[in-house]
Formats: sequence, structure tokens, C-alpha cells
Amino acid sequence: MPGRIQSIERAAAILRILATGARGLSLAEISRSLELPKGTALGILRTLQHVGFVEQDPESGRYRLGGGMLSLGTRYLDGNELRTRALNWADSLASRSGESVRIGTLHKHQVLVVHHVFRPDASQQTLDVGALLPLHATAIGKVLMAFDPLAAPEEDPAAAEADGATFLTSFTRHTVTSPAALERQLDEVRDNGWAWEAEELVDGEVSIAAPIRDRRGTTVGAIGVRGAVERLREEGGKPDMEQVSYVRDAARAVSRDLGSTPY
Amino acid sequence: MSQQYVAAIDQGTTSSRCILFDHDGRIVSVDQREHRQIFPKPGWVEHDAEEIWANVEVVIRESLEKNDITPDQIAAVGITNQRETTLVWDRETGKPVHNAIVWQDTRTDGLARELGGEAGQDRFRDRCGLPLATYFSGPKLRWLLDNVDGLSERAERGEVLFGTMDTWIIWKLTGRHVTDVTNASRTMLMNLSTLQWDPEILDAMGIPAGILPEIRSSSEVYGEARGHLAGTPVASALGDQHAALFGQTCFDPGDVKGTYGTGTFLVMNTGTEPVTSENGLLTTLGYKLGDEPAVYALEGSIAVTGSLVQWLRDNLGLISTAPEIETLARTVEDNGGCYIVPAFSGLFAPHWRSDARGVMAGLTGYVNKGHIARAVLEATAWQTREVVDAMNADAPTEPTTLKVDGGMTADNLLMQILSDVLDTEVVRPMVAETTCLGAAYAAGLAVGYWPDVETLRVNWHKAAEWTPKMDSAVREREYHNWKKAVRRTLDWVEHEDGE
Repeated sequence: MPGRIQSIERAAAILRILATGARGLSLAEISRSLELPKGTALGILRTLQHVGFVEQDPESGRYRLGGGMLSLGTRYLDGNELRTRALNWADSLASRSGESVRIGTLHKHQVLVVHHVFRPDASQQTLDVGALLPLHATAIGKVLMAFDPLAAPEEDPAAAEADGATFLTSFTRHTVTSPAALERQLDEVRDNGWAWEAEELVDGEVSIAAPIRDRRGTTVGAIGVRGAVERLREEGGKPDMEQVSYVRDAARAVSRDLGSTPY
Repeated sequence: MSQQYVAAIDQGTTSSRCILFDHDGRIVSVDQREHRQIFPKPGWVEHDAEEIWANVEVVIRESLEKNDITPDQIAAVGITNQRETTLVWDRETGKPVHNAIVWQDTRTDGLARELGGEAGQDRFRDRCGLPLATYFSGPKLRWLLDNVDGLSERAERGEVLFGTMDTWIIWKLTGRHVTDVTNASRTMLMNLSTLQWDPEILDAMGIPAGILPEIRSSSEVYGEARGHLAGTPVASALGDQHAALFGQTCFDPGDVKGTYGTGTFLVMNTGTEPVTSENGLLTTLGYKLGDEPAVYALEGSIAVTGSLVQWLRDNLGLISTAPEIETLARTVEDNGGCYIVPAFSGLFAPHWRSDARGVMAGLTGYVNKGHIARAVLEATAWQTREVVDAMNADAPTEPTTLKVDGGMTADNLLMQILSDVLDTEVVRPMVAETTCLGAAYAAGLAVGYWPDVETLRVNWHKAAEWTPKMDSAVREREYHNWKKAVRRTLDWVEHEDGE
């Protein structure tokens, strides 16, 4: 196992003290408070400046956090804004697919439903905006886990094995509960650019989802359809690829509206 | 059968669009072009009608070409349009004699008052359903006759034609000079019972009948299109709010639609007899399908709804984007005792008090920005409640559902509050483009593409629905408080200044 890298630890310590100083800090202050030789501190500061994480005030010469650091913290996109931007595309996905549509974002260890469009038929349906769904048993959750490094499922303490291995909560006999198996699924999601699950959350239901990306390419949510297994799964046990293409089209359209540029 | 689609042209205030719909009412293709807003003086707004026609031709062509659709695949084309905007053009050359005067334009303020004379603004109300106000076409036409050199004489000789934007587009498409009952109902010149130009009003406003288009139903073949849509029947015309009513399939008396944008337009179907409002609403046409009896409607507009959210964003800076209002409002459980009445330019339907100005009432040290955000959303809901109450007082019907469309319907909290304060279901349809859909439906019905209105009801699908969750005691208390806040807006402006 590789050891820890001292210069990265020092860089982190510098960023941390810069975050506390309102008016910026001088090189002397930084090197004194971290007990670092001035030359070492300067090298680290210049490197951080080069990648945009630190800025130096041209007049006072003091250092402070740079714009690159601040934009790291603003990855959060308001769910209500996402719904507003996605409204027409979600409607058109529901109308093309004939299924209900949901848009979800990451909320702690779960999927937060921020938008829901009813299945276009005469049946009675209830809006479930605000509901929380498990990451590991939904297509939206699998997309978020595959593309958002912060998305990790909650492990079920009740399902922990005696040897300490943890398992994920099971909802049906199809739910993937082994973290290793889930990780293999996520690799596939990353390869395909979309996810699906069959009867992992509810017996008889399939969901398909694709990532919504913002202008920095960050995955800010996922959009998908959910419906009966007879309609969304083909004979061979694969998802209906026409439905997959509708979902991906909608995800791309919303991403484009958020400023994401396809390559 | 090669005719798979119906086209709708939406000639709106800021842009012109063409949308193609399939048999299930789904959008197949869209194209849109904006046109210039011309502001010659404060309060004046004009459009260049030739620019608009050029844009309409482009959006028709583009919407077809984008999806490799040919005119012979289009069963019919329908028109919906910004209402009241007024144009006069030369019968021979087709050249407009002046820019179109847009509905928002207030240059006829003095003229409208003058026309009212001693009888006041309701002088023509029993005949045409409308008060004398700057919005409507009749006074705008009078202004053009008075102010364009020689126009009055040319009009007497029948050398020029008048039309609202539906008439202009249909004339350009087919060469026929017609309008539909809904657009005619916004001119102040049509008699609500006969559905013909009213000779007494024409006489009072000094308008020669010879320049007016023929008034037809909203759904019939007016003629065959030339140009990019050559051979396609032009088969519907509906003013935008009327088209939205039709697109929302509000076919039964008591059905109400609300379009929530910067302002809000509520329209209720009142059946086949006109209802005169005792509560400050406008009597208007809903639609008329071919030879069937005309369907009438009551309309109530709310001036400030979405624009109050923009005010919170731009003038107070409490939010950075409009959708964030919901996030902020959800940080609290209720309004904390705070009420906002956005009477920025007086109170409209059903109060009609120009001396009112906005208030923020019930402030205490407890109120924070979350409460204010909630009060902003509630203001839209309570203003809707007041108009719906007025509608129900004028035309008592069983309360049904409110069918909503427009940008603000993305706000789920607002939709829930709306359902709570109205104590009815609020439903958002799947196709947000209800205005274009209404025009497409009316055109498709005229040519038999859809057999009857029942088929259209089947196409209508709920995208979302909200049901009331508020305790009735809370609803009554809140309505009482809202009314108290409204009273505090009155008598603020102590004298009408100017003029």
C-alpha cells in the first residue's frame, strides 16, 4: 500500500488556513503557522496558484483562495431550478415513452425525486415529488453512483454479516445487495452511459435512466422512466432499446439546456 | 392516408411559432422567430407586420423542413395570435399603412375616456362585454384613422382593410379577409348576441363597416393556403387565451383554465349564453365550432403574479433565479403572519381600484425571508381565488378542477397552495403548449382529422395533479387575513395625477 504524500498534506493544510483568513495571509504568516520553511510554502503556493486554487493579491502580496476552489463548492444545483429547466423535456419523454417520468438528484445517501410526470393514461396517480428512493435499487440511483463520486449507498447495519462484510438493503429477491456486484454494475453503467434495473425495487417494475450534466460536465441528476416489466423488458431479458433511446434523448436535451456541450 | 399532421401558427407578442402536431396531439416539430418590439414613445408599443409575416413564412418552412415533412402531409393549419393588436393595410398592394399597434400600447388612454363621455367606461359593455380601455382594438383603429394622413378618407372609399393578427395572417395565406368570433370579441366592435359588427358602436367610434373583416366561426375552412403550405386548408383562428381554453379541453360550462406567466389569465367556459359580469370580469367568446352555437366565457386577468417573483429576485435580491423561490419558501412551514398584496399598478379584477398600491402586511420580528417567499407564492393563489369566486358568483357552477399551464406551473409548492386555497384539484396537462394545441385542434376538427371533441378529451393527459390538503378552518382564517391585507392597499393614491 502506497504511503501518504507529504506535499499534498501540506497543500491541504495551506488551503485550510487560507479558507479561515478573511483578508488573505502573507507568505510569512503561512510558513509560521504551519511551521514550514518559507521556500517549501512558496513552492506549494505557486503550484496551487497555477491550478487556480489560490490567488495572490497583486497589491498586498497576500494569498487567498482562488476561483477554482470556489467553483468546486458550487456543484449544487437547486432541484426546483432543475425541474423548471427540464419541464418540457420530461413531458415529451412521458408522451413518447408512454411511461411515468422522474428526475432525481443526490440527497445524502438517497435519490431525491425533484420532478414527476404521470404516465399518460387515465389511471389515478399520485405526485411523489419529494420522495426518497434507494440509490442501489433504482436506475436513477445507479446513474448517480456511476457518475457522481459523492453518491454511495447506505449500508444496512441489520444485514451486516458476522465477518464484518456489509450488505445493502434488499427490497425484492432481485435487489443487488453485494457491494462488489453493485460495483460491477456501475462499471457497465459508465461504459453504456445509462442504467436500468428490473424488479430490484418493486416486483413487476423496470426503470431506465440516463445522466443530466451541467456545463462543467458534472452529473447533477438523472432522468428516467419507470413502468411495467412487460412493456420495458424485451424477451431476451434486455431493456427495450427504443425506450432507452427516448430516455437518453431527454437526458441530452436537458443537459444541453443546462449548458453541457456534447463531444 | 398521407395527411399525418396538423400545423398551428402562434403569432405571439414577442415571437411567431409554428408547431406540427400528430394525431395523438403530440409535438412533432417546432420552429420560432422573435420580432422587434418598437417603442416610438413611452407607453407606445408597435410591431412591423411585414416582419411578422416574413417570420411566419420562415417558421412554417423550417418546421416542415426540419422533419422532412411536405405540405401534402399537413391536413390543416390553424392560427392563434396575440389579441387586440391592430393593423390597417392597403387592399391593393397589401402594404400596411402604419406599424401594428400592440395590445399593451396605451396611446388611446385619452381617446378611450373621450369615447366613454358621460356614460363612462361601461358605455358599450352590454353590447360588447368590455369596458373602454386601452387594450382593445376599436379605439386603436380610431386612433389610426385620426392620425395617419388621408387614412380616414381612404377607409371611407374602401381602399384599406382592418384586421387583428389572425386576419393579417389568414389574408396573407389565403387572400380572404376574415376574423373569428374570439378575436372579434376583443375589438369592442362586435355585438355579443348577434356575433356581427355592432352598427351603433361603429357609428359611435366613427368606423366605416367596409374596412372590417367578415366574422366567421373559430373552426371552419377559411380558404386554401398559398406558399409553403400550398393547398392546405386554413381552418381555425382563436385568440391566444381562447386557444388555451380549447387546448385544455375546457368544453363544459364551469371548466376553468389558468395560464400562469408574468401575469395570469383565467378563463371560464360559461356555455352558450353570454353572462354579464356583476363582479368586474370580462364577457368574451370561448370559441365557436362551425355552425354550432357559440360558447361564451368569462375572463379575469391578474396583472402581477410571476412578475412578483421576478421583483423578489431583481429588486430585493432574495433569490438568484425564479425557481429558487420554492426552495426559499420551503424553509418555513407557513407565512409567519406575513401577507403581500402586489397592487403595483392598482388592483384589477374583481376589485378595479386604481388608487390601490402594494402592501406587505403583518410584519413582526419573527418574519424572515422564507416567510416572505411563501407570502409571494400565496399572493398568486389568493388573487386566483378572488377571480374564481367572482366567476362562480356570476355563473354559478359546480366547482370542478383548475387546469393550469404556463411557466409558473413548474413550481410544485405554488400548485399545492393553489389547490389548498381554491379547495379544488389543480391539474397540469402533459402538453404545455396548450395555446398551439387549441388552434391545431380547432383546425383538425374543421377538416375531419379529428371526428369530434370527445376524441380530443382522450388525447388530454394529466402530467401532474394536486389535491387540497389544507384544513378548512385554516383556509377561512387565511382568506380572512388576505382580505384584510387587500383593504390596506386601498386609498393609497390620493389623487389621479396628470391629464
